Amino acid sequence: MTVESTAARTPRSAGSGSKRAGAKTVSAKKDSAPGRGTPRGKSAARGKGGAASSGEPELVQLLTPEGVRVENAAYDSYVADITPDDLRSLYRDMVITRRFDAEAVTLQRQGELGLWPSLLGQEAAQVGSGRATREGDHVFPTYREHGVAWCKGVDPTLLLGMFRGVNNGGWDPNTNGFQLYTIVIGSQTLHATGYAMGVAYDGADSAVIAYLGDGATSQGDVAEAFTFSAVYNAPVVFFCQNNQWAISEPTEKQSRVPLYQRAQGYGFPGVRVDGNDVLACLAVTKWALERARAGEGPALIEAFTYRMGAHTTSDDPTRYRRDEEREAWEAKDPIARLRAFLESEGHADEGFFAELEAESETLGKRVRDVVRSMPDPEPMSIFENVYADGHALVDEERAEFAAYEASFADAPVDAVTGGEVK
Amino acid sequence: MTVKKLPLAKAINESLRTALEADPKVLVMGEDVGKLGGVFRVTDGLQKDFGEDRVIDTPLAESGIVGTAIGLALRGYRPVVEIQFDGFVFPAYDQIVTQLAKMHARALGKIKVPVVIRIPYGGGIGAVEHHSESPEALFAHVAGLKVVTPSNSSDAYWMLQQAIQSDDPVIFFEPKRRYWDKGEVTTDAIPGPLHKAKTVREGTDATLVAYGPMVKTCLEAAAAAAEEGKSLEVVDLRSVSPIDFDTVQASVEKTGRLVVVHEAPVFFGSGAEIAARITERSFYHLEAPVLRVGGFHSPYPPARVEEDYLPGLDRVLDAVDRSLAY
Repeated sequence: MTVESTAARTPRSAGSGSKRAGAKTVSAKKDSAPGRGTPRGKSAARGKGGAASSGEPELVQLLTPEGVRVENAAYDSYVADITPDDLRSLYRDMVITRRFDAEAVTLQRQGELGLWPSLLGQEAAQVGSGRATREGDHVFPTYREHGVAWCKGVDPTLLLGMFRGVNNGGWDPNTNGFQLYTIVIGSQTLHATGYAMGVAYDGADSAVIAYLGDGATSQGDVAEAFTFSAVYNAPVVFFCQNNQWAISEPTEKQSRVPLYQRAQGYGFPGVRVDGNDVLACLAVTKWALERARAGEGPALIEAFTYRMGAHTTSDDPTRYRRDEEREAWEAKDPIARLRAFLESEGHADEGFFAELEAESETLGKRVRDVVRSMPDPEPMSIFENVYADGHALVDEERAEFAAYEASFADAPVDAVTGGEVK
Repeated sequence: MTVKKLPLAKAINESLRTALEADPKVLVMGEDVGKLGGVFRVTDGLQKDFGEDRVIDTPLAESGIVGTAIGLALRGYRPVVEIQFDGFVFPAYDQIVTQLAKMHARALGKIKVPVVIRIPYGGGIGAVEHHSESPEALFAHVAGLKVVTPSNSSDAYWMLQQAIQSDDPVIFFEPKRRYWDKGEVTTDAIPGPLHKAKTVREGTDATLVAYGPMVKTCLEAAAAAAEEGKSLEVVDLRSVSPIDFDTVQASVEKTGRLVVVHEAPVFFGSGAEIAARITERSFYHLEAPVLRVGGFHSPYPPARVEEDYLPGLDRVLDAVDRSLAY
């Protein structure tokens, strides 16, 4: 399977245009190359323990934090035909995602949401990997994949219902190939693996991508997903966003080896990518999805990134991590680096950025309006969809509760609701 | 009309075969279900006839089995999962409770997860630890799951057909000590509803409610009681979630007395739920408190004392006597 053929079948993909961006590149010091379609390349894991001499972990990078394009023999081909339009589109996805996320945090502070898990800092990992998927691919997210949801065309306002407490997952997983958020850590990696086994049994030409975090790699379900996917050669890509923190626990509390190296023990390739480099995330995920579609089985991608915010709005990171750490990561910001590249290459002007700013604000306002007008569910909805084929006890309790509710119909003014009968 | 006399395990095998033949989306998965045919040979010969992609030998990882079955169901398959023994289901309990049971509701009805989980359960076979347990109440307590258990070959065949056809997750408990008991199976009959209880012996003095392996025990107890001039009615519950309380209620309102029998520990067992419900429904018909016979609040004991732990004919009749003496 060639990159070109994939691009031709991937109209939404960033690498699909005909006009090449033509960016100048500089030679990369790190020659991270798993080799296309081959098991586990040598150089992707070349750095022993993952630490290069600079103290930075070795990873696939196509754009430096300063926004300089660096060559990578193994992965350049996956973004070779990327156009300025594609680059602007990737930038737009990241900016919109960040703006949406900030709006959700604000809405939580205002009491409109009960909780929000911010993705701040992880935009490149999510947009790069999300845009690498194509129609027919299937995504199994954690609860933080707001950027991937955006790439898959899920209306962002739908993500907010569960955090407002009006439902437990408000979108149709069949519409966009984007499953519901999974809150139990790691569970979805098994669902993704089973789904991918089904894809293989169907002989379908698509792949599955399972998202997980660094903390999830400690879960038994993730180990079992790695085992099952390897044994059945399932077309699934495990995309692990190592954002360095599982609430208060650093990655060192989860593993004594770099996470991507786990794959080796299961018999499939593992690659670490700069999770704040949207181009690298796009390229590496395309590589992994293509080999999955081609019947070459699973792969693990560790996107090395940073959770710039709290675990959720209920968390207080000042209790367990230093400000300096966050500041160091600010210098690697995923959006700033692509902007630097766009500007240095002359791919975007002030008009583009201003227009995008306006678009983001419009989205923010829409999100606010939609959330504030989300109705509470009807009490009787408690009994809906517990079973697909019904259940006698649910029917009985529904009837009892309805009778109980009805018994208030003639009651005097209710002190709690001010007489308003819901 | 095709009538076969089959051991209960063979009836399940035939039922799986029928389902695999009828629907290409039906899969059988589990540890040793393929080449070996399962440790109880329930899946004997199926992989040979349907291939390794439909009768799937899985890695030895119960959470992985159920978790991937969920993914396959989301893809449109109807997996029938085998958990090798009752006491080994717990690694999968998280997937069953937090995912399988709740996904349909989480998706506001937009997805279905028709997974059947077959579990050989119960004691009486002289097994080592973890091979003799009756954890049905732990599943019946979870909304989103259905829990059924046949007591005989015909029900084993038909209830499994219905469980596979159900769009809900079904935990299918198989009374392993009755696997070798033969019974008639009419494979072209139209079965009654899956969750309907059956009165398997009519009586007038007291009602015994049981399911799975204890139905046979209760029928033997009723036969013994008849020799003493006592007329016991026996209701085979068949379904532990939902429970057909109407059938139990009708029987209790006829006899005035109820003894619930199961192998599972009595404390927080299904007998407690039945006692509470029947007390609510039939308070003025009861001549005695609802009594329960079951396992003790101890780990399942070593095999050499399991006969003392398991409800047998004498313990059932002792409870009947206490009920009648009120």
